[in-house]
Amino acid sequence: MTVTSVKNEISVLVVDDEQDFVDALVKRLARRGFATQGALSGAEALKTLERQPVHVVVLDILMPGMDGLETLRYIKENYPRVQVVLLSGHGGEELGVRGMAYGAFAYLLKPVPLARLVDTVIQAAEYAPVA
Amino acid sequence: MLPSLSLRKSIVGTVLLFSFVPLFLLGWVVYGMFASAYHAKVRDNLAIFAEDKRNAIDLFLRDQVAQLRVAAQSHSLAQLSSQEFMDRLLSIMQQGTQTIVDLGLIDDEGNHVVYSGPYNLRSINYKNEEWFKIVRVRKLYISDVFSGFRGFPHIIVAVSKQENGREWILRATINSEIFDSFVRLVQIGKKGDAYIINRKGEIQTNPRFPGKDIQVIRPLIDSKFSGVRIHEGIMHGNAVYIAGIWLQEKEWLVVIEEDKHSELEPLLRTRTLTILVSAGGLLCVLLGILMVSRMIVVHQERQEREQARLNEELVQSSKMAALGKLAAGVAHEVNNPLAVIREQAGWIRDLLEEEDIQSSPNFQELRDAVIKIEQHVERAGSVVHRMLGFARRMEPVRFDVSIKDLLRETVVFLENEMHFRNIQLKWDIEEDLPLVETDPSQLQQVILNIVDNAIDAIGKNGTITLGAAYDAQSGCVCMRIRDDGPGMDKDVQARVFDPFFTTKQVGEGTGLGLSISYSIVTRLGGTIRFVSQPGEGTEFIICLPVRRGSKADDRHLGEK
Repeated sequence: MTVTSVKNEISVLVVDDEQDFVDALVKRLARRGFATQGALSGAEALKTLERQPVHVVVLDILMPGMDGLETLRYIKENYPRVQVVLLSGHGGEELGVRGMAYGAFAYLLKPVPLARLVDTVIQAAEYAPVA
Repeated sequence: MLPSLSLRKSIVGTVLLFSFVPLFLLGWVVYGMFASAYHAKVRDNLAIFAEDKRNAIDLFLRDQVAQLRVAAQSHSLAQLSSQEFMDRLLSIMQQGTQTIVDLGLIDDEGNHVVYSGPYNLRSINYKNEEWFKIVRVRKLYISDVFSGFRGFPHIIVAVSKQENGREWILRATINSEIFDSFVRLVQIGKKGDAYIINRKGEIQTNPRFPGKDIQVIRPLIDSKFSGVRIHEGIMHGNAVYIAGIWLQEKEWLVVIEEDKHSELEPLLRTRTLTILVSAGGLLCVLLGILMVSRMIVVHQERQEREQARLNEELVQSSKMAALGKLAAGVAHEVNNPLAVIREQAGWIRDLLEEEDIQSSPNFQELRDAVIKIEQHVERAGSVVHRMLGFARRMEPVRFDVSIKDLLRETVVFLENEMHFRNIQLKWDIEEDLPLVETDPSQLQQVILNIVDNAIDAIGKNGTITLGAAYDAQSGCVCMRIRDDGPGMDKDVQARVFDPFFTTKQVGEGTGLGLSISYSIVTRLGGTIRFVSQPGEGTEFIICLPVRRGSKADDRHLGEK
């Protein structure tokens, strides 16, 4: 765990409407040293950010209520320095392209190998150190 | 083939009807008019003929009567009573014509006063003869033909003369052969005939064909009429025109028979010619119709085939569209649980790294189980990803691609497998192929799919032929990928492009390769088809336009 020190400084918010997915991912990222929280909807994620901004948000696109792209736009408007990694089970590249246009850092397709997610999160955090 | 046969029949029938009817009508009307004109002409000729003859005979009779009258009136009874004078008178008359045979002067008691001629008739008394009574009343008598005392056919002409308060009669005998010669000139053609007949139906001349059926002429004899009448009837077994005209000087009917058949021979020739020309015309029309209908039917069949092909393509592409939507939905629903499973398995894997668990006796089992879970999540994920190939709206990139190079680069991926299975690779690529404006990576996927299928179809020991040629007519480069595997039966052929249809073992094929290939080729503006013969192999043909239209083909998976 040589990079633990770096990761400790990176806070991650995982947003997905699948509780089991959020739980598992939060636990695994935490185990790899990230300061990780979970949220089950866009609204909950925004509340969390209000309390405490994070470095990177891992955001599912298709969610009931406020969907990923909407949440992304809100985050980018209010917390422009927070980096967002979009995650989707839907294959539509178009969604990804639109997400990127709204300012997402990356767009990944589920299921994604954890190692790749970790790498992407670290890259995103390097882009946006908390002020 | 049946509908086209009936189409051809109805075309031929209709055109025949519409050409035959006018042709027939034209022939019929023209012939009819010609025939009636010709008939009229024939009858006119006959009438003119008959009139001429009648006039000639009338003139002759009038001459005889006039001659006799002149002789009677211009000489005195004393002169006429002299045998010498009478002999001289006869010889003078005979100088003009030989038709007068003898002359006689008869008193009102019927006694022959003077007779000049070859017969010994002086002692004959005519007092009781019918003609003697008539001449005394009418002053003129012309007899029918009879043989009488003289024993040869003749007529007598008698005129009366008043002198010294008594009535005298000058009588001449005329050889009736003169009438035969008159009418003989009219006996024309092979079967024409002419003769004179009286009101009792007694023939006065020698007809050319004796034994006349009087019943046929009866309608003409029974009534007296002026001018010419023409009847038609059967005489001696021949259809004839019978023209009749009454003499003015005597109640005799001049009858002229003309053979209808020989008269109408030119008309019959015309009819035959008309029929031949019409039949020739009809034959031309028939040939024309047959050719035209054949062309129409061939054209129609081609269009129907084209239509059927288009329908097939439409069905295929709507299948693709439906599958695309389904795939997108399923992908989302399946990917989320897959992601959860993956993360949970990942969490177990993370936990397995704890030292106290590593010392557990079942550690290795757990680890293997997690690896298996991850492998199968991977497998399921890849199926879903391939399905998303439909849903993904990838705007194809465009490069100028050398099909030859692309084929060569692509099969490199499969060369090992072919080598391993002892499959020969043959090339049949045309030189100087034009570059094709298309998406090389998508096309590569298609080629891989099809060559892969070819390898699987052959199994071991076989040949795959890769060909490409430019079709100038459609402006396409066509690739041909042929294997000499077992080929496909009809059932399989019908479903080749159907999604999830596979002949491979469960787990070996998704049944998506050809469906995806189909949708890719269509999206690239090309066509994909195949020819397969059970026992001989299968050939896939992919044709791509050298230049793509500006618009991508968006029929499939329409955007929402």
